[in-house]
Amino acid sequence: MKQSFAIGIGGAAGQGVATPGDIFAKIFSRRGLHLNAYNAYQSIIRGGHTFLTIRTGPEKVTNMGDRLDLLIPLNQDAMDRHLRLLAAGAACIYNSDTIKPGVAAKGAELCPLPVSKLADITRNKVAQNTLAVGAGLSMMGIGFQALEQVLGEQFKKKGDAMVSENIAIARAGYDYAAANFRPFARPLPMTANRYAVLSGNTAMAMGGAAAGVKFYCAYPMSPSTGVLHWMAAHARKAGIMVRQVEDEIGVVNMTIGAAHAGGRCMCATSGGGFALMSEGLGLSAMMETPIVVIDCQRAGPSTGVPTKTEQGDLWQMLGAAFGDYPRAIAAPLDVGDCFKIIPEIFNIADRFQCPGIVLCDLLLAEGRFSVDPKDVDFAAVVDGGELITTAASRPNGDSVYKRYKITQSGISPRAIPGVAGYTHTAASDEHDEDGVLISDEFTNPTKRRAMMEKRMRKVTGIAAAAPPPVLWGPRDADVILIGWGSTKGVIEETCEILTEEGISASQLQIRWLVPLHGDAILDILKDARHTMIVENNYSGQFARYLRSETSFVPDGYIRKYDGEPFMPHHIVEAVKEQLSGKSRLSVPAHEILV
Amino acid sequence: MATALAATNHVAMADLKGKVDPDWCPGCGDFGVLAAVQKALVELQIPNYNVVTISGIGCSSNFPGFINTYGMHTLHGRALAVATGVKLANHDLTVLVTGGDGDGFGIGGNHFVHSMRRNVDLLYIVMDNQIYGLTTGQTSPTSRVGMKTKSMPFGNIEAPVNPISLALAAGATFVARGFSAEQKHLTELIKQGIQHQGFSFLDVFSPCVTYNHDNTYQWFRPRVKKLEDDPAHDPADWMAAMGKALLWDEEIPIGKFFERTDLPTLHGAEPVLNAGPLVHADSQIPADVSRAFVEELM
Repeated sequence: MKQSFAIGIGGAAGQGVATPGDIFAKIFSRRGLHLNAYNAYQSIIRGGHTFLTIRTGPEKVTNMGDRLDLLIPLNQDAMDRHLRLLAAGAACIYNSDTIKPGVAAKGAELCPLPVSKLADITRNKVAQNTLAVGAGLSMMGIGFQALEQVLGEQFKKKGDAMVSENIAIARAGYDYAAANFRPFARPLPMTANRYAVLSGNTAMAMGGAAAGVKFYCAYPMSPSTGVLHWMAAHARKAGIMVRQVEDEIGVVNMTIGAAHAGGRCMCATSGGGFALMSEGLGLSAMMETPIVVIDCQRAGPSTGVPTKTEQGDLWQMLGAAFGDYPRAIAAPLDVGDCFKIIPEIFNIADRFQCPGIVLCDLLLAEGRFSVDPKDVDFAAVVDGGELITTAASRPNGDSVYKRYKITQSGISPRAIPGVAGYTHTAASDEHDEDGVLISDEFTNPTKRRAMMEKRMRKVTGIAAAAPPPVLWGPRDADVILIGWGSTKGVIEETCEILTEEGISASQLQIRWLVPLHGDAILDILKDARHTMIVENNYSGQFARYLRSETSFVPDGYIRKYDGEPFMPHHIVEAVKEQLSGKSRLSVPAHEILV
Repeated sequence: MATALAATNHVAMADLKGKVDPDWCPGCGDFGVLAAVQKALVELQIPNYNVVTISGIGCSSNFPGFINTYGMHTLHGRALAVATGVKLANHDLTVLVTGGDGDGFGIGGNHFVHSMRRNVDLLYIVMDNQIYGLTTGQTSPTSRVGMKTKSMPFGNIEAPVNPISLALAAGATFVARGFSAEQKHLTELIKQGIQHQGFSFLDVFSPCVTYNHDNTYQWFRPRVKKLEDDPAHDPADWMAAMGKALLWDEEIPIGKFFERTDLPTLHGAEPVLNAGPLVHADSQIPADVSRAFVEELM
């Protein structure tokens, strides 16, 4: 098994869970270690309970993992909830002035910090956090210098006095642990690599900037708001017009307006906001104005669980807006893919003049991950499609410009406003090649059919433009696990664990939902010995979609809809249960209660 | 570039004739609005390819199809949101938004209020006929109390919205009212609205001859009084404009209620647009800038 180390920090919102998390993340990534951070939190600004898991290691860390090596409870509640998760070899660092320890498992070490003796808690209210960070790093075998540097950066804005005060507190915790606590069995290694640490939201925003997005607007909605925050903070440097709009209906229509005038335009929301946008998706398709909409899924329906993850919006995306129209839907597989997928889907949306939907979820959108800076490459290929931006010669030698000219590909060259000689009206009503309405008195079944077929011919081109999925691992494995989007990392680790335990496992991870490449999927699965579809929703939305498109029925299903992501052991145990014939549907229970 | 072309190519009424003739009912007030918009564009000599006419849904929202400019016939109530996007992406364009009272004050009410407070630089013409026409005669947000329609056969019990006072309260920087049957006056208001830098709101009485038997040409004619004929009226005086906005029944003011020119437009307030319209910007971010974006995450 790969070497990894996981820290859990729990406390009330507002108690400062994030800061120690940020400090650990910085130190690990600078040591050349990968990391994966997932914050389980509640829709509350002060109070409640939040639990941050940071997992790190020298090789790629794709998910939160199965076990905790270090627990730092910042209050009694966190101690009571999570101490039971620790196994032999793990440790719990806590403030012994205010927190009573529970009964730890055999071999798990309790590490009480006498906080009021080590720091002046009347001066520094978060002293316990800084002491714990110092103590933890000492037990991991990481030199104090790294922490000193990060604290210097962290508190720089607050002045030198604040910096030295925090360094002194951290030092006290570091030295106390060295003298009193047993270090972890395997000190954290170091590599020559350097990683950037970012969330999926930041990655998608940066991917937009790389794709040449010039207009971004949004209405704040968890868990998509991080895209807006990055865009707003970097707008002026990146030359992007960023607006916060009155509602998501305004957002999608403003995006369409800006896209119609020329240039790439993007917006992001979550399921509820997307529901408001759906009529606009139809407008984008009918006027053939390309836009990209990001949907960061959260647990639904309705307001649902705003701070919890789910893959429950698939059918909303498939059915968004009424009528038939071409669209592209892609689910990013990991944080690097959150960046890469944006220029890719823009090229498809632009070439085929249709809406593109990026189906992300809270797990990726708000999680934080290490990425090789080379994978955040801003030199993306930009293919704007057949666009008329100057009053040059008319395409195809036509005497009159026809915005919706019937072509074999279904693509009609698109003139942007401001170009002499190409005036036309783009309409949400059905129209003819000239853009003239045929919806009311001029309705003409022949024209309607021709225009419908013109638009829908683009589907063939879109299918060819997006790559089909590939199988990772042998076709004749004992089990093939099928997932989509953000479950890539956890299924990948599951396959490694199963294979180590003597059950060969392969993975088919779907990235392009539309086009689905049903024939390619059927070919991959035709000799499969046992197939299971893994997804974060109640009804098996992808399983139902795959069946509707291909008639494929898997041997079993592994689902989770409690708001929390899969951990590898959830899937490992479900696979074993199903291979032994005990069940065809597994719904693992989440052990970390937040 | 646009200016140079405009200087050599004279803009005539024929240039602005749409691909099809309007399918409005004979006598519809919207014909007068279309003619006035075309006359205003000719008088201002704005080339048709630099104009985008944007509408929602309804009888009057069919407008973009009947005029030869760039046009967008969008969703019911969403014209202002789309238009804001167009203007922010290319602020060199002249943006006209056309629609009806149901489209603008009913289903599009949210965008109406927010577009005004943002001072988006466009002219919004509402062809206000106090009825839903294309759905064959239901009560609209501007239908009077007591008016009988198919949806309220025993009479409307809801107070109508006052578009002028709403626009003044929401921060529109140009607020006017016209009457479709007063062509010269209406054309002048449209010209002023286009030239105004900021959000120009123009409510136009545009009678529905088929479904509204209350607010007819005959009903409006003796009541409308031009503010321009009142020497005491000062369009810079917001409080006075609010007072005039509340007049109804025996005397209904038309003309320019209010204008202020001291506030920045939305596109003028955003430094990102200082270098020119977004549509002309380079799609690639300079390498040193994108490198800094990645480095701040390390």
